[in-house]
Amino acid sequence: MKKTLLASAIIATTFIAMQTQAANVPAGVELAAKQELVRGGGSEPATLDPQKIEGTPGSIRSRDLFEGLYNQDGDGNQVPGVATSYDVNADNTQYTFHLRRDAKWSNGDPVTAEDFVYAFTRAVDPALASPYAWFMEIPSIVNATKIIAGEAEPSSLGVKAIDAYTFQVTLERPVPYFVKMTSHQTMFPVPKKVVEKWGSDWTKPEHMVSNGAYKMDAWIVNEKMEFTRNTHYWNDAKTIINEVTYLPIESPNAELKRFQSGQMDLSYELPNDHFKQLMRDIPDEVSVTPKLGTYYYQYNITKAPYNDVRVRKALSYAIDRDVITKFVTGTGELPAYSFTPEVVNDFSPATPEYATWTQKERNEKAKALLEEAGFNKNNQLSFSLLYNTNENHKKIAIAIASMWKKTLGVNVILENQEWKTYLETKKHQQFDVARSGWVGDYNEASTMLDLLTTTHGNNDGKYSNAEYDTLLTEARTMQKPATNYNKAEEIAIEQDMAVAPIYQYTEKRLIKSYLGGYMPNPEDNIYARDMYIIKH
Amino acid sequence: MFTFILKRILEAIPTLFILITISFFLMHSAPGSPFSSERALPPEVLANINAMYHLDEPVINQFFYYLGGLLQGDLGPSFRYKDFTINELIAQSFPVSAEIGLWSFLIALTIGVGCGITAALRQNSWLDYSVMGVANLGIVLPNFVLAPLCILFFSIYNHWLPPGGWNGGAWPYLVMPVIAMSTSYIAQIARITRGSMIETMHSNFIRTARAKGLPKYRIILQHALRPAMLPVVSYLGPAFVGIVTGSVIVDVYFGTGGIGQHFINGALNRDYSMVMGVTILVGTLTILFNAIVDILYAVIDPKIRY
Repeated sequence: MKKTLLASAIIATTFIAMQTQAANVPAGVELAAKQELVRGGGSEPATLDPQKIEGTPGSIRSRDLFEGLYNQDGDGNQVPGVATSYDVNADNTQYTFHLRRDAKWSNGDPVTAEDFVYAFTRAVDPALASPYAWFMEIPSIVNATKIIAGEAEPSSLGVKAIDAYTFQVTLERPVPYFVKMTSHQTMFPVPKKVVEKWGSDWTKPEHMVSNGAYKMDAWIVNEKMEFTRNTHYWNDAKTIINEVTYLPIESPNAELKRFQSGQMDLSYELPNDHFKQLMRDIPDEVSVTPKLGTYYYQYNITKAPYNDVRVRKALSYAIDRDVITKFVTGTGELPAYSFTPEVVNDFSPATPEYATWTQKERNEKAKALLEEAGFNKNNQLSFSLLYNTNENHKKIAIAIASMWKKTLGVNVILENQEWKTYLETKKHQQFDVARSGWVGDYNEASTMLDLLTTTHGNNDGKYSNAEYDTLLTEARTMQKPATNYNKAEEIAIEQDMAVAPIYQYTEKRLIKSYLGGYMPNPEDNIYARDMYIIKH
Repeated sequence: MFTFILKRILEAIPTLFILITISFFLMHSAPGSPFSSERALPPEVLANINAMYHLDEPVINQFFYYLGGLLQGDLGPSFRYKDFTINELIAQSFPVSAEIGLWSFLIALTIGVGCGITAALRQNSWLDYSVMGVANLGIVLPNFVLAPLCILFFSIYNHWLPPGGWNGGAWPYLVMPVIAMSTSYIAQIARITRGSMIETMHSNFIRTARAKGLPKYRIILQHALRPAMLPVVSYLGPAFVGIVTGSVIVDVYFGTGGIGQHFINGALNRDYSMVMGVTILVGTLTILFNAIVDILYAVIDPKIRY
């Protein structure tokens, strides 16, 4: 018994000593003996295969299991992951990444450039049919588009392993922000040997091998997913959390109950209806941070009268965004007057003129524009406002419809559709005005602005402006594209009001006060390995 | 009886086939595809995905692919959960729902029948009104209200039970799901039992038994109970299927990982094979338990012979 006690004491001392070496724990913070993080994971992820993941639930988990060339810090800046540095040629078309030699898979094998070649090739291979294959087309990796279309062999992709620890990517055109894209899961490495051995079963807990700070222990669909420390992870010595459990809870109310009962440390979201009460009762445990995304209304520009800029402007001006963000959503959202949110990296969208007016002035201007467009008491404008089933969308739609009615005398029929039906309706331009939202895939303004280019697959309103398209095309090769982005914003919003931006998204979470190291960034790229549980 | 069971099995085959056929074509006629998402996929990417799942072929071909797999016991790949087959998902989640369901069923049956008989035997007394009042409350209190209330009381205020999870079915994790699941069934069974018992107690044969001076307990146990149970048994067949195939609310609130969530999510995600898998499961269980109910009828009422 004495021996056991002594052994326990030694283990405990070693453990505490190890914990105090953690680089990001502030001095004086005493860590809890039990370093287990339970966090909400949204819905059940569709897959954990990095090249197949397309939803947030999968991507948040993948960041604990896998590590790409670069990670992100709390401000959304790129920090080294498997790559320690990179070189780029003069015209931004060839990126050479130097990989760390101590990066290992959870089975102890080294992570090599070949693993990245395999993963990148896999992402575009039609045989895998990755839903995010298009992500490899954005930076124009050589032959990516042709391979996806089945017109070239996957092996012809512009990626190569110069040696075991040097990985090179060649692009068809210059893309200065390419490195920013490498923290996305589609570009994470996967273990070739394991994938080829187990096929689609390689993501099962008994087979999965990962290179992130954690490896998977259990995956029980709709109940939980359990990760434990990957002792082969290159920075394992500085990892504090030993176990991470993800709970797939779709209902924010159910999640709140788990949080309140102490069974969860970090929630996926929080119920909007409880926001004020939570801010009153537990303000220290509510986190609201800006997110790289915009909530907006989309006009169907293929039909009259939404092809008339005066109508589009009138409708947009008459939306009192302050009322929407303060009293309808009321959970810290910022009113949006530009399409690109302010939080985006390396770009501050200029304030459009209409944002500087008072709401009264905007309303007056809106009335005049609508009158000018031929709509008045005798010829009232009537249309349907499409949104997908969701209480918040409904509340916002009711509020905006009432603003339009009150200010402009416009009659709005609210049209609520189930998610997939709504997507189809929008895709086929069978709407007048529709709710939309967009969250960026990488922290650069083009992730938003590209959406309004003529050929973009999500430009459901079919806005098209040749000058805008040219500006965005030019921006791809520019070292400092902010001038083009500002001009593009000016054309799309100030001049054409292609869409009506309403608010900038925020990330809202409940975080136990004893959880340290939570570093939210605009893309919500957070990592359990940065966190720690404080003694409580 | 053997012929009857055989007949029911043979009848079940075309019934299931019709069910599968209708469900398959209905599901495929819903707008949107399993792969339509907010981020519209480039046509070439969508084409690759559709080809992988045969979605680029006519629906009738897809139907025959599905039937082919089904004949080999393969319910197909999940269109949503790409790392799992439907067989794996059902094998993982159905036992959870079945366990919650079996406990809920036993509790609902015991308490429901007990309350129903008690209320019937004390018809129009305070006991009757109290029992039926509570039963009515159980019916009008939906489980999406009951589940959070349970968590509030048992987990948040008193810390007696974990607020969710399954943990292999350990009893503390089972209690609240069973309460949320069984309450409305207790109430329904109590109401049906009460009504049927009152009707039976007013029957001529009971009056005769009373006239013969039989003690009350013998009248109830030997004469009234069996015929009074017939409507209850009719209710129990579909109720059992409903109860063991889980509830979305129970799964969502308690995170049990049961099959209930697959019902709704399968349809919303256009996960065709998931909807089909769940439909076949529920269809098969419904046919099976209706046959069991028919057999129980014959056991309870000797006048019924097949």
